[in-house]
Amino acid sequence: MRIMVNGEPRELPAGSSVAEAVAAVTGAAQPGAGIAAALNDEVVRRSAWDATTLNEADRLEVLTAVQGG
Amino acid sequence: MDSVNDTANQADTADGGRLVIAGEELGSRLIMGTGGAPSMAVLREALIASGTGLTTVAMRRVDPSARGSVLDVLRECGIRVLPNTAGCFTAGEAVLTAKLAREALGTSWVKLEVIADERTLLPDPIELVEAAEQLVGDGFTVLPYTSDDPVLARRLEQIGCAAVMPLGSPIGSGLGIRNPHNIELIVEGAGVPVILDAGLGTASDAALAMELGCDAVLLATAVTRAQSPARMAAAMRHAVEGGRLARLAGRIPMRRYAQASSPFEGIGTGG
Repeated sequence: MRIMVNGEPRELPAGSSVAEAVAAVTGAAQPGAGIAAALNDEVVRRSAWDATTLNEADRLEVLTAVQGG
Repeated sequence: MDSVNDTANQADTADGGRLVIAGEELGSRLIMGTGGAPSMAVLREALIASGTGLTTVAMRRVDPSARGSVLDVLRECGIRVLPNTAGCFTAGEAVLTAKLAREALGTSWVKLEVIADERTLLPDPIELVEAAEQLVGDGFTVLPYTSDDPVLARRLEQIGCAAVMPLGSPIGSGLGIRNPHNIELIVEGAGVPVILDAGLGTASDAALAMELGCDAVLLATAVTRAQSPARMAAAMRHAVEGGRLARLAGRIPMRRYAQASSPFEGIGTGG
């Protein structure tokens, strides 16, 4: 299945969860604090990452704090 | 403690003491930004020298190759984090960014920034008001970056923003406070803290902001892109304190002609 993660197309196994996609994009199986995810413009609480499954063409944004402003 | 500091402390106490936003006391009237620092080490030195208790960070897509986190620096320095919505052009983008920041950082405080275009980085007042209404309604403590328009500042306060943050001049321009009269009008009309945000170039600009009656100053570029960021941060810290004291002390009126500070009586050649 192909979804958009941070604006880039990414192939993930069907039925992948938000937690698995976040792990893929951060390169860490257990991403540290300070990271948040939005699925199709809605925030997904960290406690719901495992239980939230992704669908074809979903848009996932994974953000963290950086220097700026 | 020497007599100058005694006087400073008395003046501070006489005015009710520290800066309070949304019922929370902050340890410094200098709020720092983090953009523009050449390295985390330089940023850390500057933040410590500034004495700040509140510092703003941006939210961006994760970069697995990034080394060091600005959050680690703030945590190690004991500085409270203030997420911002820098880079957002619409109310919708800003609201989603604020919600992501709340989830990521565990704070409902947000520096709300909705800009109109990349050339001026001036606030878009229509989108700003829309975003502020949504975020206040969702329980956020909203600190909006706004233009130096007293009417817009009043509207933002009426919506329920916890402070108003008028610009002195465009972000990163170093042009200082281009319309001091408008800043005074905003201060006169405000029932929430006024924080001068954006455009300051050097210490005298920060002092002027406080002399005009602002409750605090937020700055980044003036420090992070100075030749010696830590030294400029210390200068800003002193300027904010000096400007605050001058405001409390009450400056003398400006006069057209001289007023002798020494008595004329008893001059030896006076006959």
